[in-house]
Amino acid sequence: MSNAAEISAAAVRAAAANRRGIARSRAARIGTERIIRGTLLACALMSIVTTFTILVILLAQSVSFFAMPQVSIWEFFTGTTWAPLLGEEKHFGIWPLIAGTLLVTSIAAAFALPVGLIVAVYLSEYAPSRVRSILKPILEVLAGIPTVVYGFFALAVITPFLHDHISESFGTFNALGAGLAVGIMILPIVASLSEDALRAVPRSLRDAAFAMGGTRFDVSAKVVVPAALSGIVASWLLAITRAIGETMIVALAAGGLARMTLNPADEVQTMTAYMVQIFTGDAPAYGIEYKSSFAVATVLFVITLALTMAGNLFLRAFREEYE
Amino acid sequence: MHSLGAQAQSNTRRRSPGEIVAAAVPASQLRRRVVDRTFLALCIVFTGLAVVILGILLVTIWQDGHTRLSWQFLNSFASRRTEEAGVRAPMWGSIWACVICALAAVPIGVGTAIYLEEFSKRSRFRSFIQLNIANLAGVPSIVYGILGLTAFARAFGSASTDSPITIGQPESFFYLQLPFGHGVLAGGLTLMLVVLPIIIVSSQEALRSVPRSLRTASLALGGTQWQTTWNITLPASIPMIMTGAILAMSRAIGEAAPILVLGVPLFIRTTPINLMSDFTVLPLQIYNWAMRQQSGFHELAAAAIIVLLAVLLTLNAVAVIIRHRLQRAAS
Repeated sequence: MSNAAEISAAAVRAAAANRRGIARSRAARIGTERIIRGTLLACALMSIVTTFTILVILLAQSVSFFAMPQVSIWEFFTGTTWAPLLGEEKHFGIWPLIAGTLLVTSIAAAFALPVGLIVAVYLSEYAPSRVRSILKPILEVLAGIPTVVYGFFALAVITPFLHDHISESFGTFNALGAGLAVGIMILPIVASLSEDALRAVPRSLRDAAFAMGGTRFDVSAKVVVPAALSGIVASWLLAITRAIGETMIVALAAGGLARMTLNPADEVQTMTAYMVQIFTGDAPAYGIEYKSSFAVATVLFVITLALTMAGNLFLRAFREEYE
Repeated sequence: MHSLGAQAQSNTRRRSPGEIVAAAVPASQLRRRVVDRTFLALCIVFTGLAVVILGILLVTIWQDGHTRLSWQFLNSFASRRTEEAGVRAPMWGSIWACVICALAAVPIGVGTAIYLEEFSKRSRFRSFIQLNIANLAGVPSIVYGILGLTAFARAFGSASTDSPITIGQPESFFYLQLPFGHGVLAGGLTLMLVVLPIIIVSSQEALRSVPRSLRTASLALGGTQWQTTWNITLPASIPMIMTGAILAMSRAIGEAAPILVLGVPLFIRTTPINLMSDFTVLPLQIYNWAMRQQSGFHELAAAAIIVLLAVLLTLNAVAVIIRHRLQRAAS
C-alpha cells in the first residue's frame, strides 16, 4: 500500500488542497482548525455523556424504588420470592431472576464455550485455507442473524425437538431451549474472537513445538492454546456478557415465571425477560412494578459492566504480550 | 535422537519434516497421533454442527414462511385475520428508523474516531474515552432502550408527555414535538446509541490502516491536521469506514429490545409521515407474531423473518462488494 507512487500522488493532492487553504489568512485557518477540533471533541464526549446518563437514570430510579414503603433493600438483595404483580402482598427478592439468568447463561456457556474454542482451534490450526474461506463467511452469517430469529428458532425447532425426543416434561417455555438458542447466538463470538487470539500467537512458537516432534494436537493444546489463553478467556467473558444481556430469545422461549430452579425443563424468567414483561405490559408508568424494572436493570448493568471490564483487561494483557 | 540420525543417513531421498518425525518416533508417539486424529475428527464434527444448525435454521424458516410471501404480504398492514396480514408498517418503520440511525450515528461515530486517532495525543483522557467506548460496547441493548425511553421519549420528564411542546401540525411532514414520545425519531436515536460503539471502533481501525507516510507527506507540505484528515486520511479510509457502518446498520435493523422498551404501539396501520409518527420495526413485529399461539401467526412470523434476513443479506452483500473494491483499489 505505501509505495512511492501513491505517496507522491497524495503529496500532489495535499499540495493542491493546502494551497486552497493558504489562500486564506493564517489566522482564519487556525480558527477553523479550532472549531473543527472542538466539534470532534464534542463527538467523543458523547460516549462519556451516554455512560453518565445511563448511570444517573438507573441510580435515580432505583433510589426512588427503594424509597417506597413496600420495598426493602435487604429483601431485594437476599429475598428468594419475586412476585411484583400478583396478590395483595408484593415481594421483591431478585434472586429468582438472577437464578433464571444464570441457568440460561450456564446452558448457553456449556454449549458455546467449548464448541466455540474447538471451532477456533480447527480454523486456526487445522483447516486448509479453502475450508477456512468457506467457514468464515458462514460464521459471519450466524453472527449477523438478529436475536429475535434465534428466539423463533427456539420456539419452533429446539423446544419441539426436546419435547418429542428427550422428555415430555419440556413445555412451550423452558430454560434449555432458550439456553441452547443463546448458545448458538454466542458461538460465532467465541469462535471468531478466540481464533483471532490463536492466530496472533507467533509462528516461531509453533515451529519450535513441531521441531520437537509434536503432533498438531500437541502443538495446539500444549503450546498455542496456553499462549493465547488470556485472549480466549476474554472471548469467553465477552460472550457470557452478551448471553446475560440477551433479551429477545429469553422473552420468547424461556417464559415468564420467576422462580428458583435448576431444572432445565422448567419455565424461568430472566432479568431481561422481566423488563420486557413490564415495558410491554400495562404496568402504570412511575408505579412500583415499573420502578422495580429499573432496579433490575441496575443489577443487570453492574453485572455486564464488570464482565466487560474483566474481558477487556484480559484482552489488553493478551495484546501487550503479542502485538 | 539416535534413531532420527540413523534414518536420515540411511535414506538419501529428501523427505518432508512430517515423514522424518513419523519414522523417527518411538511407540508412545502412536498414541499421540491417535489423539491428534481423534481431535481432528472432533473439530470437524463440531464445526459441521455449526454449519448444520445454520442450515436447519434457514430451511425451517423458509419452509414455514415461504407460502406467505407475496406482494400483498409486503404491502398490507398487520391484521387479526392472518390471511390478510402483512409487514407494510414494520418495513417502512424499519427503513425510517435505520435511516435516522445512520444519519445520526455515522457522523458522530466517525467524528469520535477521527478525534481519537488524528487529533488527540496519547493522554490519560484519551485512554479514558477509549475504555469507556469498550465498556459501552458491552452494555445490553435493553439498557439502551431505557436510556432512549427516558432521554428521548420522555426528555427526562421535563415536559409532560400528554401536552408536549409542538412545532407544526401532527399531519404535516415537518411536525416536531418535545418530548419526542415513542415516534420514529426517538426509535432511530435509541438505535444510534446501540450501534455507536461499533461504528467508532470500526472507523478507528479504518483510520489506523492508512499508512503514516501519507499523513507525513501532507503535514510536511504545510497542511494542517484537519486538511490532512479531510483530504488524505479520510478518502483513503472511507471504503473501510463504509463497510463498518453498513454492518452496524444491519445490527440496528435486527434490534428489537430497545424499540420494545420505548413502548411503541403493538398494532399499527399507518406508515410514518414525519419524525414523530408512530412506528414499529420488523424484529418487533416478528416477536409479536411469534408470541401468539393461534394458528397462522407462526407462518406470518416466519415470512417476516425471511423479509428481514433478505434485507440483512443485501446489506452484507453491499458491504462485501465495497470491501472487494477496496482491496482491488489498494493492490
